[in-house]
Amino acid sequence: MVGIVSYGAYIPMLRMSRDVLGQVWGKSAGKGERAIANVDEDSITMAVEAVVDALTGMDRQKIDGIYFASVSAPYREKQSASIVKAAADLRDDIDSADFGNSIRSGTNALNAALNAVKAGAAKKVAVVASDTRMPAPNSDFEPVFGDGAAAFIIGDSDVAVSVEGSYSVSSEFLDVWLKAKDKFHWTWEDRFIKDEGWEKILPEAIKGVMKKCNVGPKDFAKAVFNGADARSHGDVAKKVGLDPKTQVVTPLFDSVGDTGSATAPMTLVQALEDAKPGDKILFANYGDGADAYVLQVQPQIEKVRNRRGIKKHLASKAMLANYGIYLRMRDVMEWGPSVRPLRRSAVSFVWRERKAFYSAYGQKCKKCGGIQYPRQRACMYCLVEDQFEPIRLSDKTGKLFTYSIDERANEIVLPLIRGVIDLDGGGRYYSQLTDRDPAKVEVGMPMELTFRLFFDGGREGTGFRNYMWKARPVRC
Amino acid sequence: MAESIRDKVAIIGMGLSKWGERWDTGIFDLVSEACNEAFTDAGIDKKQIDACWTGYYQNETATTGVVIAQTLQLQQIPITRVENGCASGAEVIRGAALGLASKQYDLVLAVGFEKLKDVGFGGMATAGAPGMVYPMYAAEFGAAPGRYALAATAYFRKWGLSKEEGKRTLAKISVKSHHNGARNPRAMLRREITVEQAMNAPIIAWPLGLFDCCGVCDGAGAAVMCRTEDVKKFAVKHPHDYITIKGFGVAASPGWGKEDTRFDFTYWDATEAAAKQAFAQAGIKNPRKELSLAEVHDCFSIAELIGVESMGICPYGKGKEDVESGAWEQGGEIPIGISGGLKSFGHPIGASGCREVMEFYLQFQGRAEDKSRQLKDVKFGLAHNQGGFPGQFICGITITGAPDV
Repeated sequence: MVGIVSYGAYIPMLRMSRDVLGQVWGKSAGKGERAIANVDEDSITMAVEAVVDALTGMDRQKIDGIYFASVSAPYREKQSASIVKAAADLRDDIDSADFGNSIRSGTNALNAALNAVKAGAAKKVAVVASDTRMPAPNSDFEPVFGDGAAAFIIGDSDVAVSVEGSYSVSSEFLDVWLKAKDKFHWTWEDRFIKDEGWEKILPEAIKGVMKKCNVGPKDFAKAVFNGADARSHGDVAKKVGLDPKTQVVTPLFDSVGDTGSATAPMTLVQALEDAKPGDKILFANYGDGADAYVLQVQPQIEKVRNRRGIKKHLASKAMLANYGIYLRMRDVMEWGPSVRPLRRSAVSFVWRERKAFYSAYGQKCKKCGGIQYPRQRACMYCLVEDQFEPIRLSDKTGKLFTYSIDERANEIVLPLIRGVIDLDGGGRYYSQLTDRDPAKVEVGMPMELTFRLFFDGGREGTGFRNYMWKARPVRC
Repeated sequence: MAESIRDKVAIIGMGLSKWGERWDTGIFDLVSEACNEAFTDAGIDKKQIDACWTGYYQNETATTGVVIAQTLQLQQIPITRVENGCASGAEVIRGAALGLASKQYDLVLAVGFEKLKDVGFGGMATAGAPGMVYPMYAAEFGAAPGRYALAATAYFRKWGLSKEEGKRTLAKISVKSHHNGARNPRAMLRREITVEQAMNAPIIAWPLGLFDCCGVCDGAGAAVMCRTEDVKKFAVKHPHDYITIKGFGVAASPGWGKEDTRFDFTYWDATEAAAKQAFAQAGIKNPRKELSLAEVHDCFSIAELIGVESMGICPYGKGKEDVESGAWEQGGEIPIGISGGLKSFGHPIGASGCREVMEFYLQFQGRAEDKSRQLKDVKFGLAHNQGGFPGQFICGITITGAPDV
């Protein structure tokens, strides 16, 4: 049996009410809100969150592959999956690959993982879909797009949701596109896209998989697929004989937005959070064609419940009401020049200290047991030299020992909050605090670590993106 | 066997450039102003100088010794640049003293200086972690207030001060510093402030507000020094009212405080160690009683509070009581920052350690420019100078005193 062994998801803490966009541009922007990646988040960092969520209670050493799917990978040349691998502390001797260029990339990656496991090339493969698509300001996309990620561990043992069959359609259909040098999305008339794209291609794949697996629409406890919008999503359901009210899990259009490659995978996680053993689930994903699957929920599902997933991440939020800050975060305007010095880092330095930066490894003294970060040659506690074993700190929690709130730092979004976190079980982590409300930061508050972008060398400095683990108040 | 430097070396002339936002002056001018005042004050000709130690913190100069030689037209003498961060000024005087005590030279110039106001923005661009281009630190431009503020938060917590009480205690320190600075014609900021003003000022890095932070400025400080045995030969202007070095303390902390769970941010370990060294050399047993004044490195109000406690001038946690009783004010048990401190003078990094020593020098000679701030019966003065940040300090302490105590 091959299928989903575990699942996880991530929704950034920040949300923007569509009313904000309506006010900014003086027109209706619809109801609800959209999830907004923080200034230090991108498709890679959100993928790490989702993968780590999916790895809850699992041995990370047993993952044989990592497939990253996104249409908003931060690098055009330079793999994202390998960064996710490092941050999630997976083995080095595994396959890593990026899938992109289509919002179907999530299921393209899923297919690759399923095939790898079926072929015996891997026992467990992590698949993650993550997107932070940047809509053009004042475009029809702006209120619609949201940021989020979902991850699945695919394997052939301890399967929680088996894949009974799949069906794929490939189509050269043009709906939304970005050419190599485009900053913002092109599109064709929405009625054309729905009539000839979403509402023909998705039904074709869904009917295809039902026929292939010899099941009918009534056999499904739930149906999960992406959609052009809520209305078109309902129309697709009706076209394939599903009841939108009782069977269909609607994507989080109103609370998260359209998360591109991650929309269908996130909706599937949402469905799995309430799925019962024995449930049959229809799963389909549109984009340059479509993929459709018949899934069977197994008893093992009861053992993969304690994830943050969709529900907990959705409930944990902070509203971003300031459109100017949003523009600063996304760097979409021309800003005034600055005479402040550029931040510097070095590729060779980050490479040398990669275990610290990407995987938040510190070291534990073999003599006195003292835990320290970053790497050093002599133990700060017992002074013995070079007697250390590596220890992963990224999954530690801790308490905020002290902090300061810097209103003048050279940061894209102020204030900069510095924190000293005493980790549970030993060790101390000095860090910026992210995803926090400055008014609620207090000494003693529980903290955890999260993989974030420190600064973008494309904006300043040495050209590459500097990632590192930051501290944040325990999210949920 | 190491010996104490006590009384082996004398300071026979000192000078200070004008300190402030010196848009119209460069490094040459700052150095020239300070050194020429020191030469005139000592009554020596610069041609007599055998060697020089100079301190400058920022990285944009190189072969800094040549800068001094160029400015003063010193001819082919040894000039050494030292860098101990914000404690570079103390190290300049110490280097000069060691050169004299070892009898390598007879007349030595010590000059610390800094030109900060050419960066084009308010505040300071600070360096990163020692020897690292560490992204965490790379993201730390303007880090000094934010890093010292970590200590303020921790201090409030440890000693049970509410945020309001803590802010009020720090405000009172700044009020005292501004009071002293207002009476010192050489200070950059010469305006008295109230506790309410300090407490309600814009936040720079919580809990530190504008008046908890010293200014950023340009300046230089210089000393002409010789062995005490040679004062008759060199100290023509101050044959009797020169001062002698009583003790030095320099300590570099192991530097991992931010990462070491044992460090609670409420004491400066390098200051503790440097003070012990300096008090031992100077033979000072009870600094609170024996010191006539202490210039404490008050780049931030919290730095003064913890600095005074770390030197044992005030027991740990009792700083608030001292501040409230006025113990650190002029006329109190031990005047702290009677010059106005870094708070009123600003902190041209390489220069501050020299300026702090000069405050004792002037007080001892009865030359406080405004008589209202002249202390009486001045015997020992302490200059506390520290570089780095809470948890990773390097501290230099210079104790000077009357020749006959």
